[in-house]
Amino acid sequence: MTTDTAVSTPDLAGDSLAREAWRRLRQNQAATLSLVLLALTTLACVIGPWLTPWGLDEVDWNAFLTAPSLADGHYAGTDANGRDLLTRVLHGGRVSLSVALVATLVSLLIGVLYGAVAGFLGGRVDNLMMRFVDIMYSLPFMFLVILLMVVFGRNILLIYAAIGAVEWLDMSRIVRGQVLALKRREFVEAAHALGVRGHKIVTRHLIPNAIGPVIVYVTLTVPKVILLESFLSFLGLGVQEPLTSWGVLISEGKDMMETAPWMLLVPSVFLALTLLCLNFLGDGLRDALDPKTR
Amino acid sequence: MPGYILKRLLQAIPTLWIVITLSFFLMHLAPGGPFDGERQLPPEIEANLLATYHLDEPVWKQYLIYMGNLLQGDLGPSFKYKDFSVTELVAQGFPVSLELGLWAIGLALLIGLPLGVIAALKRNSTVDYLVMGAALAGVAIPNFVIAPLLALVFGVFLAWLPVGGWNDGQWQNLVLPVVALSIQQIAYIARMMRASMIEVLGSHFIRTARAKGLTEAEVIWRHALRPAMLPVVSYLGPAVAGIITGSVVIEQIFGIPGIGRYFVQAALNRDYTLVMGTVVFYGALIVLLNLLVDLTYSALDPQIRHDD
Amino acid sequence: MQQPLLEFDRLRVDFSLPGGTVTAVRDISFTVHEGETLALVGESGSGKSVSSTAAMGLLPDLARPSGAIRWHGGEGDEDLLTVAPGRLRRLRGNEISMIFQEPMTSLNPLHRVGRQIVEVLAKHTSLRGQAARARALELLEQVGIPEPARRIDSYPHELSGGQRQRVMIAMALACEPKLLIADEPTTALDVTVQAQILTLLEDLKQRYGMAILFITHDLGIVRHFADRVCVMRQGELVESGETAALFAAPRHDYTRMLIDAEPRGRKAPVAEDAPLLLEARDLRVRFPLGKRLFRPMEVFEAVRGIDLSIRRGQTVGIVGESGSGKSTLGRALLRLLESQGDIRFDDTALDGLDSTAMRPLRSRMQVVFQDPFGSLSPRMTVGEIIGEGLRVHAPALGRRERDARVQEALRDVALDPAMRRRYPHEFSGGQRQRIAIARALVLKPEFLLLDEPTSALDRSVQATVIALLRDLQARHGLTYLFISHDLAVVRALADSVVVMKDGAVIEQGDTETLFQAPREAYTRELMRAAFLDGEAA
Repeated sequence: MTTDTAVSTPDLAGDSLAREAWRRLRQNQAATLSLVLLALTTLACVIGPWLTPWGLDEVDWNAFLTAPSLADGHYAGTDANGRDLLTRVLHGGRVSLSVALVATLVSLLIGVLYGAVAGFLGGRVDNLMMRFVDIMYSLPFMFLVILLMVVFGRNILLIYAAIGAVEWLDMSRIVRGQVLALKRREFVEAAHALGVRGHKIVTRHLIPNAIGPVIVYVTLTVPKVILLESFLSFLGLGVQEPLTSWGVLISEGKDMMETAPWMLLVPSVFLALTLLCLNFLGDGLRDALDPKTR
Repeated sequence: MPGYILKRLLQAIPTLWIVITLSFFLMHLAPGGPFDGERQLPPEIEANLLATYHLDEPVWKQYLIYMGNLLQGDLGPSFKYKDFSVTELVAQGFPVSLELGLWAIGLALLIGLPLGVIAALKRNSTVDYLVMGAALAGVAIPNFVIAPLLALVFGVFLAWLPVGGWNDGQWQNLVLPVVALSIQQIAYIARMMRASMIEVLGSHFIRTARAKGLTEAEVIWRHALRPAMLPVVSYLGPAVAGIITGSVVIEQIFGIPGIGRYFVQAALNRDYTLVMGTVVFYGALIVLLNLLVDLTYSALDPQIRHDD
Repeated sequence: MQQPLLEFDRLRVDFSLPGGTVTAVRDISFTVHEGETLALVGESGSGKSVSSTAAMGLLPDLARPSGAIRWHGGEGDEDLLTVAPGRLRRLRGNEISMIFQEPMTSLNPLHRVGRQIVEVLAKHTSLRGQAARARALELLEQVGIPEPARRIDSYPHELSGGQRQRVMIAMALACEPKLLIADEPTTALDVTVQAQILTLLEDLKQRYGMAILFITHDLGIVRHFADRVCVMRQGELVESGETAALFAAPRHDYTRMLIDAEPRGRKAPVAEDAPLLLEARDLRVRFPLGKRLFRPMEVFEAVRGIDLSIRRGQTVGIVGESGSGKSTLGRALLRLLESQGDIRFDDTALDGLDSTAMRPLRSRMQVVFQDPFGSLSPRMTVGEIIGEGLRVHAPALGRRERDARVQEALRDVALDPAMRRRYPHEFSGGQRQRIAIARALVLKPEFLLLDEPTSALDRSVQATVIALLRDLQARHGLTYLFISHDLAVVRALADSVVVMKDGAVIEQGDTETLFQAPREAYTRELMRAAFLDGEAA
């Protein structure tokens, strides 16, 4: 935009919906705080394990089941094997967050593709595809995932795939609904009337307009995925040694809660806070992107 | 209506069949046999075992045998609890799980619905913000975090209630697991009820009701409540599924002898037939309950037509 | 003059919104008398609905009314703004009742129609049980519901829009009110249904001797229906008076503008030998209704074998009610929908062309849709929206040349070219419609399909858009196919008219001939409903 003609002054440039949404999101204190906390948690989990003086499996022979203290460097205490809890929680966070990232991407990929195809083709294909989704909905999915874990062993890649494969259903419905609604919108018809090619209509008109609800839903999928992973890990069916995750740590903490409550409390707080922030952020995003406020 | 019920029942059959078939073949994809884990068995005994369980037959034949037995309500023998059949184990655990689940869903509706209505009526007030803040926390925090915390506070620190055990369903033993199991559903239902109540209160037919000269209480009781509850009714399907799933971990945490605990034990021990039997049972249960929810919904909403 | 019944005395309504206070109604005063029909007229945002809702005490919580609304129907004067809530409830639905614009959603979907009427009776009268039901049945009969004995046990979704509005009226009249407030009661209905409802209201008014406060934007209705008129604009009362006198000699500029905004004038005809531009023979559009097992595929035929020809420079109007297939026909002609039958554009047969073969022709035939909010992609700037067609049809243009063309198109529709970097949500409905026209014009088309381009706009805005369309046609020699349900607009714009119903042509012909001497009963009914009969040409 460097060679603009004289009439256009910068202040006449309009506000895009995305920029307005961002402004609304920043006005939402709970969502903004959540965003900051999430960023900090992620940062801590990514680089934290290198900064703590202890390794994941390193045993401090001087400290078994010690309560949190600033003096000995075990800021969140130690477990029954003398391992630093903070280090383990941060490592566990890596696993939980990586599952969240990968499984959400898997669900996003399947869901968007499936939903977009169904919505775009419409008619009988759409009917069949959605009937299939309905059937999938009524399956006891959690149990099928557990079945998978039992059959194929507890493998983190399998967790990624299995959880992703469970969570795509809602996404596909949302995307399909969006595509169907957009297809009928008059600006898409106008683009057809202009002779705009099919793929350009998809990239220029459908995707930019469908992306808002998808973003919101992704934000709300992440906590679900983290929850599923920690649920499995809590039952002993998820990640296993030497890896750990928040679900594993909470399960270990539950067994020791009478003698060492910090072992339960520290990972619980991390998990609960992350989930809470993600939900606040999702709610905030939905309000910010809500088409009714346009 | 009877025709509609029959039709929905018929529609449930393929779903169930998919669950059963999927689980059956998944199990048979498993590397190694069910007796691999134990100490080396003499070959003739292993052959004997395999023959008793029809494991020496081709897979398709095993499938037919399994389906045949299933139709007679036989889920096969448990590999680990040698003296029990899977059907017996499920029959033993189910009443316990059912009691827990019914209390939980009842509590969720009993508390969630009024909370949602109050928040909607006092929209944007302190009460509303408090209820909705708590509800968001309830949605976000998983029950396996809440359950141990409840046990820690009320069982260990305050020592008001037992930390675990079933004790034939004494109320003291029920309180903590039921609360832990229902908190998430209370939160969901309250949020949903608030949103739907607000939407209904803003709708045109409520304006009509007010224009008729009805009191606010009459407007809410006669005109707003039932339509506002419809989304909650259709959420009951997922809610029941959520409570069944939750019961697995809650039974584990509180040591309650329901199906959920058998299921986890079986999964950890690789007791294939028991895992599969439970999955099939849960599948059937969820499909049936979904059907029940749909029927309730269509009974409440005259706009749903039954002719197709 | 009769006794005053409801008196608005310096009514003011403020809304306290997060961004500050917005005043919807500014100190308006007027009086409804017993037995009269008073029309409150105004465009969107004039505050006419807010005023009437205030009288019912149904304002939203954010509203802060002041002034007074005096009710003279009871003993002594009561101010409805300050009266005790219990007293107000005894008035509502009993002495003062109200019907609304949205017949489809104004009835409780979960209650049977009869129960909803009985509810009012139980609230305000001593009628109970069978007696109440008998009265409800009688009311349904009076409002002209067919088979009232059966319909009394129907749910609202089993009734059509017009029938639902009749049920609303039955409910409103149940206690024989002294005043009926009717807030745009026919706006959501088709014209023929609208006429029936208005006739019904007129009859019932006579029978019950009640007064009607009629809120509307439609001057045609006012002229034929109201005794007196109050004109509102941006929360202020600009003028009031006897209907005939006010229409004959409006004192205020705004009133005059509103009356003048009624489409006028006629289109200059084109030469007899102007070449054909668009022609269709036996055009059919079918939609599959879905396949059911063991039954042949059900098909809905939305357009049933239509012949049409448009000469260069002509405007052909297509009129019909909702569901008549007029929009489907337009889309099929542009090959936006699959159809059977021949379509010729200029020298090219369009039928059978695939999208690639159609593409070069698309720049010559363009479209403007009804919904000014739905027809512009909310995520693109106005410049991008207008320039999109140029990317397809003039890919050789550089960015700066394209920008120049976009600016030219914006000037063409009388918008400031500097606005091209803004987004659609920053514009008003009329401006958006201009942008949509600019998007079509930038390609320099010969043929323009106008699908209800003015229906979503206020009358005064509508008039400016119509003037623009006329001007553009004259300057660029455009050919229009103008689809509308509004006969007045079509009459002012079109050379010839096609009347459609249920996918078929009822009647077609030269505009003046058709309007002066309609041959078919349906056409006559449409015209009567649109109040075109008594109007001087």
